[in-house]
This record gives sequence, C-alpha cells and structure tokens, in this order.
Amino acid sequence: MVHGEIWTIKELFVTPNEYIYWSVQIVMYPFMTGLVAGAFVLSSLYHVFGIKELKDIARFALVFSFALLFVAPMPIMLHLQFPFRGINVMMTSHFTSAIAAFGIVFFTYGAIVASELWFLYRKHFVVKANALRDVQDKTMLQWMEYLMYTGLTLGAFDISEQALHRDEKAIKVLAGIGIPVACFLHGYAGFIFGSVKANALWMTPLMPVIFIMSAIVSGIALCMITYIVVMEYRKFMIKRARKRWETSLEEVKGAELHVVTMTAKYLVFFLIFAISLELLDLIFRGYTAVKSWDMLRTIIYERDFYDIFIMQYGIGNLIPLILFLSPGLTIRRAVLGVLLVLFGVFMMRWNVVIGGQAFSLTFAGFMHYHLPIIPHDWETFKEGLGGALSIFLMPFVLFYFIAKVFPVFSAKESH
Amino acid sequence: MKNHVLRPLFAVIGIIVLVLAARIFYVPKDFGVHERGYMYGWYRKANIEDWKKVQVKYQGAEYCKDCHDKNYGAIKKSPHQNIQCENCHGPAGTAEGIVHFDSDKLPKLTVDKSRQQCLRCHYPLPYPSSGRSKIKGIDPDKHNPDIECSMCHNPHHPNLEGMR
Amino acid sequence: MITRRDFLKKTVTIAGVAVPLAAFEIIDPEKLFAQVAAEKTKVRWVFLVDTYKCVGCGFCVKACKNENEVPYDANVTRTWVERYVLTKDGRLFADTPKGARDGFATTRIDLGLGKYQDIKKDNIEKAYFVPKLCNQCENPPCVQVCPVGATYQAPDGVVLVDRTWCIGCGYCIMACPYGVRFFHPVHHTAEKCNFCYHRITKGMKTACVEACAFGARKIGNIKDPNDPVTKIIRTERVGVLKSEFGTKPQAFYIGLDEEVR
Repeated sequence: MVHGEIWTIKELFVTPNEYIYWSVQIVMYPFMTGLVAGAFVLSSLYHVFGIKELKDIARFALVFSFALLFVAPMPIMLHLQFPFRGINVMMTSHFTSAIAAFGIVFFTYGAIVASELWFLYRKHFVVKANALRDVQDKTMLQWMEYLMYTGLTLGAFDISEQALHRDEKAIKVLAGIGIPVACFLHGYAGFIFGSVKANALWMTPLMPVIFIMSAIVSGIALCMITYIVVMEYRKFMIKRARKRWETSLEEVKGAELHVVTMTAKYLVFFLIFAISLELLDLIFRGYTAVKSWDMLRTIIYERDFYDIFIMQYGIGNLIPLILFLSPGLTIRRAVLGVLLVLFGVFMMRWNVVIGGQAFSLTFAGFMHYHLPIIPHDWETFKEGLGGALSIFLMPFVLFYFIAKVFPVFSAKESH
Repeated sequence: MKNHVLRPLFAVIGIIVLVLAARIFYVPKDFGVHERGYMYGWYRKANIEDWKKVQVKYQGAEYCKDCHDKNYGAIKKSPHQNIQCENCHGPAGTAEGIVHFDSDKLPKLTVDKSRQQCLRCHYPLPYPSSGRSKIKGIDPDKHNPDIECSMCHNPHHPNLEGMR
Repeated sequence: MITRRDFLKKTVTIAGVAVPLAAFEIIDPEKLFAQVAAEKTKVRWVFLVDTYKCVGCGFCVKACKNENEVPYDANVTRTWVERYVLTKDGRLFADTPKGARDGFATTRIDLGLGKYQDIKKDNIEKAYFVPKLCNQCENPPCVQVCPVGATYQAPDGVVLVDRTWCIGCGYCIMACPYGVRFFHPVHHTAEKCNFCYHRITKGMKTACVEACAFGARKIGNIKDPNDPVTKIIRTERVGVLKSEFGTKPQAFYIGLDEEVR
C-alpha cells in the first residue's frame, strides 16, 4: 500500500499522488520542540532577568528542557521512511532546506542547555565524586557512579567561592544566548511550514513567530504541571513516610501558590500574544482574500470549524484564560488551566499540520485524516495513536532518569 | 589554577571535529556542488549514471517491424497507425533487461484484448474542444456487451470493411 | 625582506594547514563557479502538451507505470490525466480516477467517497483532458527543500532523486505545487517523473510520448532551435501551470484553460 493511503480519505478532485504524508508525528514534532524551547525560556527568565519568583521552577525547567531535548528529534525519526539515513542531514546538509538547519540549531541548542546544566551542577558533581572517591571498598555500582561523576566534572574540581562565582556568570551568559537560540530552534520549526509556498494555509511569514509564542506558552504550561505534580507527590510521600517512621523532615513543601501564580502570569501574557498573532493571520487572509481564500475559508470556517474554534480557541485558549484571569487562582484551577493550554497548543499544531493537508492542490478537493488508533503493523503504530503517545510520555520517563543525576529539588549543593 | 569555564566549549569543539571527520568517511567522494550550484545542484554525481542504467521496456513499433511485418504493415495503413504495438501487446522488455527478441528467454507478451482497452478511446465522450469527441464510439452496455471487441473487429484493420 | 627559503617555509605551512581544512569543506567556493559552465550545456529537456489532442485514453499512464517500475495497482503515478467538465450552470467537475491509468470510459465524474456525478451531454459547456507530469522546473522548490541533497537538477534540467540518499522526510512532496511527487511503494524513497531519463539519454522518446497515439505529448530540447517542440514553444501560444509560484515550469501547454489546476 502507498504511504499515507491508509489514513487518507479523498473527496472530490484530488490528484493521484496527494495523501496526508505528514501525519501525527509531524504534529508531535513542533509540539515537542515547542515544549523544549518554552521550558528553556522559562528557566532563563530567572537566570537572565533575575525574576526571583521563578527561582524554584527555573532549575526544574532547565532539567526538564534537557529531557525534552532528547525527545524532540524522535517524532522525526518515527516519521522518516529511512530513520537510519537521518544522519545524512548532518553529513550532506543542504542549507537551502529548512529541515537541514535542524542538525545545527538542535546541536547548538543542546550544547547550550548541557553547558548551562553543567555549570549549575558542577559543584554537585564535584562533591559527589569526592565523596565517592573516599569510600573504601567500592561496590561495582559505586565504581560506576564514581566514574560517571568524575567524568561529568570534566576534570574541573575547583569549587572555591571564586570558581563558583564564575559558574554563575557563565550560567547567566548561556541563559542569555540560549533565549534567542531557543526561539530560533522553534521559529525555524515554524519556518519549515511557513516557507512551503505550495501550501496555501502554511505560507505566511507570521508562522515562525506564531510557533515561538505558542511554544513558550506550552513550555511554561508543561513546566507548571510537572512542577505541581512533582511537588505534591513529594509532599504526599514524605507525609506518608512520617506517619510510618515518625521522622521529622524539616521542609515539606507542596507546590507553592506564589510560584504558580507568577508563572501563570507569564503564561497568560504569551498566550494573549500568540492568540493575537493567530487572529491577525486569519483576519489578514480573509481581508486580502487571494485565490486560495475560498478554499481556506471552507477549511477554517466549515470543515475544521470544530477543531479550530471549539477545540483550539475555545477549550484550549478561552477557558484557560478565564481560569487564570479570574481572581483567587488556586492550584487546582491552575492544573486544569495548564492542561487545557497544553491541549490547545497541541490542537494548534494539529490544525496547522493536518489542516494544511486537508485540501488538495487543485483547491477543488479535500482530504480527511484518520488517525490510526489500533495499529496492525509498524507503520500504523509509529504514525498512529501509539506512536504519538509514546513520544508524549518519553520526556517524563527521561526526566525520571535525568533527575537522578541532576537532582532538581535538593537545592543545597548548587546555586 | 586554570580557568574551567571553557571546558564545555572544548567538549563541543571535540564533537564538531568528530562529526566533520565522520563526513570524510561517510560522504561519497563525488558528492558536492555541481552544475546548478548549491541550491539545485548539490548531489552525488554517480546517481545520474544510476538512472541511465534503468532498463528500457517499451521498444517501439520499429522493434516489432522486421518479424511481424504483416501486422505492422496492416496497422500502419489503418486509422490505428499511430497506436504502438506495445500499447496492446505489452512492453517487449522487462525490468531485468530481457527483451522479446532474445529467443531463448522469450518473455511471453500478454495481449490486452479486454473491452476496456478499446473503450479507452471508443467510449463516446461528447467533450467539445477535445479530440475525444471526434472518435467514433459505442455504448458498451448495448453493443454486444458479452464478447470481446476483437471477435468481430480486427484491431489491425479497424475499418468496418475489415470485420471478421 | 622575504627570503626564498622563508617563502617556501611559509607556503608549505599554509598548504599544510589548508589541506586538512579542505577535507572539512562543506561548500567549496570554486565549485560554485562551476554553474557558469552549466550554461554551456547543449541540452535542456522540455515537455509540450497539446490539450486539444488529448482524448483521455490513458495509454501514457499505463506505459509510464510499466516503464518506470511503479507498481501497476498502487494508487500513485508519475504521470496522470485529468478530466475537466464545465457545465452550463457554471459548475466545474474534475476527476482523475486511478490517474486515468485505465482511461475514461464513463461520463460519470468520480467525486470520491464512492460517489459519482453523471453530467448530461446538453449540460456540458466545455470539457477536455489535461495530461500532467513533472514540470522539471527551472527553479524546482522540491530540490530547494531537500535537507540532504538527495534530489537535484541534472545539467540537462531534469530533476532526479537519489534513491540511495533519500531519507524519506516528505518535504519535497510538500513543496511541489504540482503534486507530482510521492513515496515509491517499493523503494520507499521520494519518487517522481524524470522524463524517462534512461530513454531520453539514449536518444529515445519518453514512454508516455511513445504511447500517445494522438501527438498530445511531445518532448524536446529547448536549446536546439531546430527542434520542432522548440519551434512550437517559441512561435505559438503556450502556457504553463501555476506560474505564480515562480518555479519556472518547463512543461508547456497548448490550450490551457483558467480552470486547469
């Protein structure tokens, strides 16, 4: 069977080779890179602009951004017909292609996040390595840990006040460089779509900016939800432990309302900006009404009306705005709000990627996408619900392991 | 005391060097910028030859002429003169490079005698400004629906005088 | 004062540094100048379609699929024929069932989703067939967006795909305004019409041109002033598809209509 045929249903005049070639994984791809960029921008707000209220979430956001970083290329890998040839993008980069920039931008960004993390956790590594070195009769596991931490220090064992001060400065610089790079990483994801002149829905210079804004929104939302869940879970576990052994741990903090409130403010700010841009795009298309508008109007106001105006703007944008803006924000309301925001951003990606392929190049036919839910082979799994969910869960799994090396909550050893 | 701040940078440079070194071994030697410049001509040169090596399947009527001179001569005098033999008889070559003429491995050609084949042109479509409206057609549901066209009509002599 | 010895020393040092650097080159500026040389090539393949002559028999599609080893029953094709029917009440109907591999042996228009629309003879204002194939654009957007250099324009203007290098991202498929690209069902790489490159480089015509009994399809070399196709393109009224994309398509059409998509 032809690639794409299984989930594409054609209606009216569609040319023979047209199928929905970019399916759910290409929806996941900008969604995940958006989360990466957003999480990083959130952490930088503290490191660069010194917004103290974000201190607790900043470190967390950075580590999470690192976990997400490894997930960002995975949707592409699942989408490629030849995942193992993916390396060709680095080997024979053709930079006139927006996708070719991926290798470079992604690597640059990864290097910045990794370096920033290294400065943030260097003291922790040194302390760990030194402690392990002094352990007599190391077990196999301890040996491994010792080697890992020693390796992670990159041989820089100096943890004098002076050296740590330099670390702090480096963090600030990296976070500063990181913001434009993070925006670029995601902006170029928008460029991948915005520059396709053959696609009437995608082609707009606003696309990269819209993508960045919604990326930051989703990144902040993801950090908030994960922060709240993790803090509450810790509180719950510690409370349970206390009951059992009567231990007296000092600080048992759940999610701090002031952190959530503060972060929510930034979320609302970027959300409003994102919506404004999207509406501007829509109004502009309607007003200029070039040749493609007849088709786009049919798609936006008729065929995809439910997905765009109910799911994306209504449930994903309007309701969260009401939740966040009505006075007396509670943690619970914030949780509901950010979940809806995440859903809204996902729907925005969906409506761009799938919506852009919902009509034929002839402007006289339509294509319907049917997400494969029950897989019956590898292709329908990876480009179906299963593949998308795996990608969505992956950052949490990775975060679990990465947080073991980069402790997010015991804030004592580092800045 | 050395400054440790640049350590991550060294690590990054190390990785870049590794990637560049990998390029030397991985990328074919003839991969590069060719005639149309970097935008349109960035490719592996040998691929052009790869495409030229694809086997020709349709040999053309002249290929059939010498052995099948009778039918060749007949059809060339008929209104079907421009229809290639292989349109109905199938291509004389295969993807593996075997051609009909190689008598020992002679691939049997399958003649398409279906009504569908004739209806490609002879189903009447009243389309002004298209050559189709000038071709004589029949209604396949009424015109002897159960038999092949070639039972009565000889495609090499399609004129009604040439009826079998 | 630079002594000869110094000069040699320096030259050797510079050369020594330059050689490994050259090994890392991504774009050699000297090779960029090679494009000037391309102007000297004697061949630039173009295509000419006469929509008045096309009868929609679909022999071209059949021949193309066999010639280019695109599985016969797969619902993708390198070339196809579209049917346009405009009714007296101003409505447009168009279809291309199976890319017209089996021709058009019905007056019913395929609306997809298993629905058909029969149009009575009296209601037809104008109707015609339009063969489609790769336009081998002078500025091919599909090549521009390939991230790895797996698709490219050969010196004679034909856009080819390197099946050993294509990663299968589908960006070229998205970038083509004409919908000529697809994933090959067997090779799984991007696939497209290449004017039967193995035939035209041997002096033969493409399989579709060969199969067309009505002269609706012609291939020629625009750089040869004596080529009949060149003469027609130069002296007669021909159009191209979707010129607004700036792709400079090189498949020319006689009798092109506003309604042709």
